[in-house]
Amino acid sequence: MHEALVWIGGGLVIAGTLLSLLGAGGVLRFPDVYTRLHAASLTDTGGATLVLLGLGLVSGLQLDTVKLFFCWAFIMLTTPAAANALANAAYGSGHKPRIGTFQIVPADKNIPADDGPAEDGPTGDGSSGK
Amino acid sequence: MTGFAVEANFALNIALLLMLLVCGVAIARTRSLMAAILLMSVYSLVSAVWLVVMDAADVAFTEAVVGAGVSTIVLLGATLLARGQTERHDWRTQIVPGIAAIGVGVLLVYAATGLPGFGDAASPANAHVGRAYLEQTAQDIGVPNMVTAVLASYRGFDTLGEAVVIFAAGIGVALLLGFGPRAQLAPLPEDLGDHHVVLRVVAKLLIPLIVLYAFYVQFHGDIGAGGGFQAGVILAVAVILHALVFGLRETMAAVPAKAARTIAALGILLYAGVGVVCIVNGGGFLDYDRLFSPRVEAMIPANLLGDPGQAHHWGQHFGIFFIELGVLLTVAATMVTIFYGFAGRVLDGEAKR
Amino acid sequence: MLLAAGAAGLVVAMTLMIVRAIIGPSQYDRILAVNSFGTKTVLLIAVIGYLFGRPDFLDIAIVYALINFVATIALMKALRYQSLARPLAASARKDASDA
Repeated sequence: MHEALVWIGGGLVIAGTLLSLLGAGGVLRFPDVYTRLHAASLTDTGGATLVLLGLGLVSGLQLDTVKLFFCWAFIMLTTPAAANALANAAYGSGHKPRIGTFQIVPADKNIPADDGPAEDGPTGDGSSGK
Repeated sequence: MTGFAVEANFALNIALLLMLLVCGVAIARTRSLMAAILLMSVYSLVSAVWLVVMDAADVAFTEAVVGAGVSTIVLLGATLLARGQTERHDWRTQIVPGIAAIGVGVLLVYAATGLPGFGDAASPANAHVGRAYLEQTAQDIGVPNMVTAVLASYRGFDTLGEAVVIFAAGIGVALLLGFGPRAQLAPLPEDLGDHHVVLRVVAKLLIPLIVLYAFYVQFHGDIGAGGGFQAGVILAVAVILHALVFGLRETMAAVPAKAARTIAALGILLYAGVGVVCIVNGGGFLDYDRLFSPRVEAMIPANLLGDPGQAHHWGQHFGIFFIELGVLLTVAATMVTIFYGFAGRVLDGEAKR
Repeated sequence: MLLAAGAAGLVVAMTLMIVRAIIGPSQYDRILAVNSFGTKTVLLIAVIGYLFGRPDFLDIAIVYALINFVATIALMKALRYQSLARPLAASARKDASDA
């Protein structure tokens, strides 16, 4: 019985991770702030629910389960609120949602001048797939 | 740890260090101060995870609350006072500093090859005093978390010094920036039109929970990760969240700047007072075994903590309790004072904007 | 084994978030990336705790969940309102002045 729970829990952890990965892909690929925010906050809460539920099944009922519950509760409380506040502030500061058809172009009139080293980004990928 | 866990540990180490490298390069290259602060917050999150992987739970805790939380907020406050972007220098002026930096880096890498291996039991740091701590803590102090035992009891004098340093830093910031709003917080030029009802409701829910969690960290410090320092910062974060959402005015009505700096001084006084009580009862400074005279110690019920048949170190338990309380008060109040200093300082020209 | 795969996936997701935090383009993109990064960090610490048999790490995960929120709010507020001291308006029409 416990063996089965560990496997189910592990499966849930994997599912939550995949959801987080999907969300990360969405944050990277989506065209404007609001869609990215949507991708990030939805998959964060969903992924957190699945991962923490999975960990709860792996550990079985003990004191740590309560901590997992609190962790989940805080994430469920804070992530949507932060997303709401961010969207609110972004809209207030004049970021217009892009509605209709468009092609993905990096330039936008709201973009402040900034030169982040985009070419440095993906170097962390290679080692982390282990 | 099984072989698989060791491999997973190694892979995680490499991945996290690469993330740190990427963040560091990005921080150095970005021109926007805001982006730099954001990336520094990411940097300290990653390094805290790395400390978790290296099994240093207490340090990871500190890095999480200080690096990702309070220092981000203080840096933001400083940026808002400074305003603007970093300057772009001519590359020729950077040759000499670049060579110096690379030289120091090479020297550090060279020095690192001479360090003992991670977790090497035979290394000088672990062989003498470290081993003594590990062997003696259970009978000397009787506290499960060895980090707390070392910090609060064996090296209580050092920790007192650290608390005083934090207090001095808070005093310094307050003297430079003021203890609270100096300029009038001018009304906004126009209605910005955005409203944060959700945020206000969630903050109202969250602030008591954060305070509660700070107390959990405080009183759980003997057993698990955490202690007075971390709890103090978490407590300050609750106050800061209140100020962020409901405005500095309301927060300063609830926690006046005067109260904050009084509490900061009281914390130090409590810490040093424990040491003085030990002296009065015939021990050394911060020698908790002499915290209570034998007559007082006999009055403590035997079953106060767990098994009554077991020998207890009441002096150590209560000494650590009181000095951690002192650290909590000092750190929380100092952090709040520093935040008041930064947030309350509105530039004269800015208030009109 | 499954937990290790989960941790690896979370690390990859965190890397993608760092990429978004670095390339921007707007500061709000960066803040949302940092916020999402923080949530994934919480999950990673929880998973690591069970992977290495040290569930005490959950304390750190919880504190991250809280600190991450406060840092995000501070970043948002500094960017949008250029001040850490202003109250956030409770309703759209009410004047948000600090009388």
